[in-house]
Amino acid sequence: MGKRAISGAIVVFLMGAAAYASFYIAPEEKTMHVLQRIFYFHAATAWAGMTGLFIGFVANLMYVWRREEKWDALGVACAEVGLACFTVVLITGPIWAKPAWGIYWTWDARLTSTFILWLLYISYLLLRTLVEEPDRRALLSALFGIFAFIDVPIVFGAIRWWRTQHPAPVIMGGPGSSLEPTMLKVFFFSVFALHCLVAFLIAERYRLEKLRGEFEIVRREAEAL
Amino acid sequence: MSLLSNTAVLLGKELRTEFRSRELLTTTFVFILTIIVLFSLTFDPTSDESRRFAPGLLWLAFLFASSLMLQPCFLREQLNDTLSALRLSVSDPFAIFLAKLAANTLFLLLTELLLLPFFTVMYNVPVLRVLHWLVLVFFLASLGISIAGTALSAISAQARMRELLLPLLMLPLLTPILVASAEVTRALLDRDPAVLWQGIGFIAVFDVVFLTAIWLFGEYLLEE
Repeated sequence: MGKRAISGAIVVFLMGAAAYASFYIAPEEKTMHVLQRIFYFHAATAWAGMTGLFIGFVANLMYVWRREEKWDALGVACAEVGLACFTVVLITGPIWAKPAWGIYWTWDARLTSTFILWLLYISYLLLRTLVEEPDRRALLSALFGIFAFIDVPIVFGAIRWWRTQHPAPVIMGGPGSSLEPTMLKVFFFSVFALHCLVAFLIAERYRLEKLRGEFEIVRREAEAL
Repeated sequence: MSLLSNTAVLLGKELRTEFRSRELLTTTFVFILTIIVLFSLTFDPTSDESRRFAPGLLWLAFLFASSLMLQPCFLREQLNDTLSALRLSVSDPFAIFLAKLAANTLFLLLTELLLLPFFTVMYNVPVLRVLHWLVLVFFLASLGISIAGTALSAISAQARMRELLLPLLMLPLLTPILVASAEVTRALLDRDPAVLWQGIGFIAVFDVVFLTAIWLFGEYLLEE
C-alpha cells in the first residue's frame, strides 16, 4: 500500500462522509426541501474548483518567473482539474435551477461568467495542443492562464455588478445573509472533502504530466540515435 | 520619457504601414458592414426591436471584426522577421505593445465611426443627440478590445491554426467588454437616453486591469 493508495482511500471516505452528511445530518430547508441539498455539492465544488484554478494561476506566475518545468506541469494539472470541477458546477446548477426557477439556464451575470470561465480554460488547453515546442508552449499557456485568471474576479464581482437571478451569496455575502449552524458545518465539511479530492486529483495529474515530460525527453533521445 | 518617444516613433511606423495600403481598414469596414446588413436581413426588426437588439449586434460585429483585424498585428512582424529588430530598437518592449495597441484602437475607432451613419440609417436609430457619449463608449471599448487583443495576437501568432485560435482566445476574454458596451449603448439609444456610468466605469476598469497585465507580462510574449 503506497502513499497514493492511502490518500486515495481517505479521499473516497471523505467524499462518502460528505454525501452522508448533506443527506442525513443537514436539516431540511424550509422552502426548497430536499432540492436544497445539492447546494452542499454544487457550491463546494465551485469553491474547490476556484482553489484549483488559483493554484494554477500561482503556478503560471511561477513558471513565467522561474522557467522550471514543474510549474508548467502543475499549471496544466490545476487547469484540468479546475475545468472538471466547473463542468460539474455547470451540470449541477441547471439540475437545481429547473425545479427552483422553472428553467435550466438563464443568461444572468454569474452563470454567464462561470460559463465564460469554463470556455477560457478550454481555450487554455486548446492553446497547449497548438504549440509544438515545449518551452514555448509552457510560456505562452502560462501567460494566457494569467490573463484568463484575471477574468475570475469578474465571476465573483458580477453577482453584485448587475442584477442577477442567482441566489445572493449566503456565506460572506454581507449583513443579513446567514446559514443555519448545522447547515454551515455540513457545508464546510463538503468544502473540505472536495478540496481534498481536488488536491488528490491535481497531485495525480501533476505526476502524470511529469512522467509525460520525461517520456518525451527519452523519446526524443531515442529518435536522435 | 524614452518609453513615450519610442512609442510615438513605433506608432508612426504602424500608421504609415497601414495608411500606405489601407488594407486593414477597408477590409474591416466592409466586413462589419456586411455583418450589419446580414443581421438586419435575417431579423427584419421594427424600430423598437432595433433599439433592443441592434446595440448587441453592433458590438458583436465589432468584436468579430476585431478578431480578424488583429490577426496581422504580430504575424506581419513574424513573417518579415522584423520582431527581433523591433525588440532591439527599443529599450522597453512595452513600447512595442503600446504602439501596436494605440494603432489598433485608432483603426477600430475609425472603422466604428465610419460605420455609425450606415448603422443609424439601416436600423433607424437616431444617434446624434447622444453622439459624444457614443464616441466615449466606442473609444473605451475599442481600447479594451485592442489591449487584450494585441496581447493575444502575440500569443496566437506563435501557434498553429492561428486564424482560428485568436478568436477562440479573444472572444471569451472580451465578453465583459461586449456585455458592458452593449448595455451602455442600449441605454444611450433608448427613447429616454441614459448614461450608464456603472457600465462605462466597468469598461474603464477592464482597460486598466489588462493594460497593467500587459505592462507586467508583455515582454515575455515577445521572447524568441
